[in-house]
Amino acid sequence: MFLRQYVPMAIAFVIGVAFAVQYYVPHPASEGLLTTVNDWLIVVSGFSMVLGLASLMGSHWAKVRRAVPGWGYSLVVFLGILGTLAVGIVSKGKMFAGEGLTLTALGWVYDNMLVPLQGTVFSLLAFFMASATFRTFRARNLEAGLLLTAAFLVMLGHVPLGEYIWDKLLGFLPSKADQVMGWIMNVPNMAAKRGILLGVGLGAIATSLKIIFGIERAYMGEGG
Amino acid sequence: MSPELLGAWVAAGLTLAIFSFLYRDNPFFKFGEHLYIGISVGYSLTLLIFNFMIPKWWTPLFREGRMSLLVPTVLGLLIWTRFFPRFSWLSRWAFAFIVGFGAGITIPRMISNFIFRQVESTAVPLVSRGPGGVSFGWEDLSNFLIAFGVLSVLTYFFFSVEHKGPIRPLARAGVLFLMVSFGASFGYTVMARVSLLFGRMYDLVEYSSRGYGYATLILLGIMVAVFSAQALSKRREGE
Repeated sequence: MFLRQYVPMAIAFVIGVAFAVQYYVPHPASEGLLTTVNDWLIVVSGFSMVLGLASLMGSHWAKVRRAVPGWGYSLVVFLGILGTLAVGIVSKGKMFAGEGLTLTALGWVYDNMLVPLQGTVFSLLAFFMASATFRTFRARNLEAGLLLTAAFLVMLGHVPLGEYIWDKLLGFLPSKADQVMGWIMNVPNMAAKRGILLGVGLGAIATSLKIIFGIERAYMGEGG
Repeated sequence: MSPELLGAWVAAGLTLAIFSFLYRDNPFFKFGEHLYIGISVGYSLTLLIFNFMIPKWWTPLFREGRMSLLVPTVLGLLIWTRFFPRFSWLSRWAFAFIVGFGAGITIPRMISNFIFRQVESTAVPLVSRGPGGVSFGWEDLSNFLIAFGVLSVLTYFFFSVEHKGPIRPLARAGVLFLMVSFGASFGYTVMARVSLLFGRMYDLVEYSSRGYGYATLILLGIMVAVFSAQALSKRREGE
């Protein structure tokens, strides 16, 4: 009980209070301590990545071992991880080599595999968002109407075609499409964002205090 | 085949494989999806090893003898006790350190950067004072709307009092501000995705040129042929 519960709570309390106070101590030693512990946590995150990697590889290895339908795709995951890692080791983690900044093998994988895959996966969302918009965006009440209008105006203000349409239909108005979009982003959108951010800030402070004083112990997992 | 040409073929093939999901879930897409996961993990791991673990841990600890780095080493090894259920409770010490540090640095920074800065930017004069006296222009109206919007949104999220009486219209105004904000964020996100889509389409068009061996057209043709063959064989099975 002591080692399993009280020691972690004491560690969280001491470290939490120390680094909350550290912010108000403008001394090089205090700044140095923060930098050192930040570097420590990067090292710890490196160790913890092994945990995540083991979990991912374990679940895919189980699929291969049991030969579940689609197990071949799990081999593709292994191929991707080990292949990129091997290429990264050969390239010594560098994207460019030499004076002429020629691409290394890792840079080649990044430019010709990772960037196209990532860009395409995220651009697929444009189609699904368009489809969802078509199905659900109906101005049934004032709230939905405002949401629809704001989204439409922001989209119009972003592209030359939108500006062209605005000029043709609403050219008599003193403001252009990009000015209207800017006003929406900087005034009503900003007001709501600030309200949300204030709430987030207060919530984060309350949660941090709960962690430091041992009220919130979810990080201990089961039995915490 | 030059690396550039090979890169064009690979990039075009992977882009088309992911876009093939627009037709339906298929082996090309699944291959691309799983390869994306693998390459992302492998790339993150490579960056972690060469940009952080070697310069910030291995070299200082084992080459320069900086013993203070034994602390994160022990914390990291404690996290690895999760692999052994009997000792996994020891990982709590490492998590307590990480969570305690996060909580500690959050409090003053949230107060300073979120609370004070947001309030400071909101609490600005609502009228302008110039040589001609006090005036109320477009900018002042915007400042007033921001202040009113922040107050009404906070009222909407304040659940300790029931939203009735004079609170009700204020909370309702908060909802309207939130809807405009959600709409604006939605529009912004859609446009960001569309710009990514343009980027991918631009590359596909470029790779369909003669200089790249008509990579896009040939790979697209192969995919269409495979899908057509699949559809035909399914129809025959149905008959």
